Amino acid sequence: MVQLTLPKGSAPKKGKQWPKPEGAKNTKAFKIYRYSPEEGGNPRWDTYHVDMDRCGPMVLDVLIWIKNNVDPTLAFRRSCREGVCGSCSMNIGGRNTIACTKGWDEVAGSTITIAPLPHLPVVKDLVPDLTTFYAQHAYVQPFLKTDTPEPEKEWKQSEEQRNELNGLYECILCACCTTSCPSYWWNGDKYLGPAALLQAYRWLIDSRDEATGERLDDLEDPFKLYRCHTIMNCAQVCPKGLNPAKAIAKVKHMMVERVA
Amino acid sequence: MSGSEWTDPRPMSPHLQVWKWHWTMATSIFHRVTGVGNYLGALLISVWLIALATGPEAYGFVEGIMFHPVGQILLFFWLLSLVFHLVNGVRFLLWDGPKIGFEPKTASRVSIFNFAIAIILAATIWSLATNLF
Repeated sequence: MVQLTLPKGSAPKKGKQWPKPEGAKNTKAFKIYRYSPEEGGNPRWDTYHVDMDRCGPMVLDVLIWIKNNVDPTLAFRRSCREGVCGSCSMNIGGRNTIACTKGWDEVAGSTITIAPLPHLPVVKDLVPDLTTFYAQHAYVQPFLKTDTPEPEKEWKQSEEQRNELNGLYECILCACCTTSCPSYWWNGDKYLGPAALLQAYRWLIDSRDEATGERLDDLEDPFKLYRCHTIMNCAQVCPKGLNPAKAIAKVKHMMVERVA
Repeated sequence: MSGSEWTDPRPMSPHLQVWKWHWTMATSIFHRVTGVGNYLGALLISVWLIALATGPEAYGFVEGIMFHPVGQILLFFWLLSLVFHLVNGVRFLLWDGPKIGFEPKTASRVSIFNFAIAIILAATIWSLATNLF
């Protein structure tokens, strides 16, 4: 259901202004979403001033600098720091992306706002609960399904058949696309969302997979697939440059072709 | 996970409150808004037709409303709504049929173009209509 405002108790309040680092000549302000389950109460916006001369080029460097030098209680996920693991996905400057490949100089404005991925339950600070997102990924059964006996060596694929998977297999499951989608915000419990549907198409179009009909059956209802209204936020924000909107259009096409 | 039924003890992370809009997002919501606008406009034209069938007095009354500045503004917005919905509908045809225009940059440019062309078309039709009749 569409609700444009946040529920009571979720609206962030004005938070703490952290002091500017001493002796810093080149500082930048970062407004960061804070929520602690131990303290409870409403979330808040804390403002930190970062010494940009002593900080790396990426937004993730900024967060690590704050955690090391100003406030060790700031919580966020990160791992590979090179756009492969998809852990540090968050909303930076109003757009979902991964903090490790986003340069802070790429974000416009004198103050950069950093919030968790939108419309999810917040575990702590920039760490949202992605349980539903993972369950939706599991629902599309993202693995090869076959009936014919396994070949002696491998399942063969031509170069053209393999090319069909380009732009699909690169997904790192960061959830930037799914949580950017207004349709997913309003119907996230019934609509599978861009990431899961891109994965669904990745297996639908795989020449080796033999469960195409079954896979399409699993998407056939008013919500799971058809809640995509081509709002295009998914393709706009994907940090890997993938296009879930196009993949979803192709799944819809397969649905129509199957009936025809 | 809708807001009105949010039973989770944890807070919901901000969505529209922090989101920086894309042009494509704007055309998407305006397509809906103008869809509703077109229904309201259809209601208006039914009232006009019913008045026409009822007789000169009723028709004069409705015409009075339509030529009043408020009525004129409503008529112009209905025209704008129709034109935008039509122009933007072509975009949906291109997405659903040949499946072109999905690249984010192209999609954004087309969205800006749709807003601009809808305003230009509506203004042109309006000036033609008001000057010819």
